[in-house]
Amino acid sequence: MVTTESEQMAYIAAQAADARVNVEVETDEGMTLNLGPQHPATHGTLRIVAKLDGEKVVAAEPIMGYMHRGYEKLTEVRTYPQVTTLVNRIDWLGSFANEVPFILAAEQLMEVEAPPRAQWIRTVLFELSRIANISLFLGDMAVQVGATTPVFYAFRDREFVLNQIERVTGGRFHPNFDRIGGLKDDLPKGWIEETGTVIGKMRDFCDEMEELVLGNEIFQARTRGIGVIPPEVALSYGLSGANLRGSGVDWDIRRDANVGLVYDEVDWKVWTHPDGDSFSRFWVRLQETREACNILEQLLGGIPAGPIMAKVPRIIKVPAGEAYVATENPLGEMGFYLVSQGDLTPFRVKIRSASFSNMSITPWLLKGVFVPDIISILASLYFILGDIDR
Amino acid sequence: MGLVESGKIPKPLTKLLNMSRRYSMWVYQWGLACCAIEMGAAFASPRYDVMRLGVIPLPASPRQADFLVVSGTVTDKMAPAVRRLWEQMPDPKYVISMGSCANCGGPYWDSYSVTKGVDQIIPVDVYVPGCPPRPEALLEGIVLLQERIMNEDMAERWKGDPIVVE
Repeated sequence: MVTTESEQMAYIAAQAADARVNVEVETDEGMTLNLGPQHPATHGTLRIVAKLDGEKVVAAEPIMGYMHRGYEKLTEVRTYPQVTTLVNRIDWLGSFANEVPFILAAEQLMEVEAPPRAQWIRTVLFELSRIANISLFLGDMAVQVGATTPVFYAFRDREFVLNQIERVTGGRFHPNFDRIGGLKDDLPKGWIEETGTVIGKMRDFCDEMEELVLGNEIFQARTRGIGVIPPEVALSYGLSGANLRGSGVDWDIRRDANVGLVYDEVDWKVWTHPDGDSFSRFWVRLQETREACNILEQLLGGIPAGPIMAKVPRIIKVPAGEAYVATENPLGEMGFYLVSQGDLTPFRVKIRSASFSNMSITPWLLKGVFVPDIISILASLYFILGDIDR
Repeated sequence: MGLVESGKIPKPLTKLLNMSRRYSMWVYQWGLACCAIEMGAAFASPRYDVMRLGVIPLPASPRQADFLVVSGTVTDKMAPAVRRLWEQMPDPKYVISMGSCANCGGPYWDSYSVTKGVDQIIPVDVYVPGCPPRPEALLEGIVLLQERIMNEDMAERWKGDPIVVE
């Protein structure tokens, strides 16, 4: 362990030298382009090393781990209620959606079921966080292909959704609201009506994005036919979420393997696009935001009355056993494999996060594309670094 | 800058220079984790709009920047890069550490891969607490930094040996 400042500096200098050597080793032939770890297009701290032949990418490799925070190990020393605080921060744009699969897995082991009202409110917050997450993507994707304005619209309209989440949970970003057996609190007075107005605003936002971005000629030229993923490749790399549906595979956990949430009660549609290019991934996400508005509208009309918390002991000890629960998060399939030995803390938690699998396709996908397309392809794959590295 | 180096800078001139520096700052944003989105909301959203404080986000390179906002978890793998970009910034430079992770490790205080506090590798002027801090909190931090610049004695800051990077 380094202690003094000089030792610390020597350690850092050695690390930096190591990083430089890595790049030099890879430059034996052709040119090597190093993207990141700090680059606006990488949504944080992803590093892509691409070997170029002229403008063409011969090989590209993502280097992950700059945001590795050791969640799986940390969960082993946190009690079950404390784990939600941690897992909130995996996909930081749609935080509430991260808590749900973990809580559902713990509930499965404890054989507790949340009351219907809690399940409905969970689904409402789940879809709200989906909108909060994807709306930023819609603006950000346009930034990556060169249009600056849409991201301002995205930030503007996202605030309304965040305000609604904040009014229920008290947190803009990290709600920490889900409990084993239910929810922390009930909805505040007048919240349902206000959310109805916000849904209207988000619908307008989607229309605006469709006119501003999707119909734009430059946007189409930059994304159509670029970064095509055929369905069988998408499946073999374990893609999920809108990336998979953008390749024409009709698979959505909300409809096909729903656990604990009330998607069966509402009438909605899974959107797919046959092309599999960057454009189709954007299109699918845009339609999903609209569909989330539809789901929300139906859910808000039918939230049943009743308690929001089932009977659970004050000190939560989960019985020994194993459970895997996956939900369709904004980025794709997020699953928690929970092993308990009857303690206050989990024995082992394996997190299956969507972005890690979605990211693994980049060496295959970036081979043979042009340099500017790296950015638009990465943007359309839509990953979040906390979700990749955990 | 002969006056500054001699340490005999008149007070009104100090005030004028400091005031000019205070309201014309480029910020280099080091977006790392959750806080990066709140920083994005503060810098790029019409609701918070950092430019009204005289701060311009998104410089082309750290060599143009006056201060750095480290927002989010600094991991041991990332730490050398943080240090390196900070070294590339020209003096006088300032650092705002945003969020619990950059301040002290935050929720990852016992993690094996997280640097517990960015102040272990670079000097920090303003700490903004929160997990993540609201955009308003970051704006407050920027205002505090501006006050600090305003009350700075430039001769004091410039004296001593220059930092040499090997």
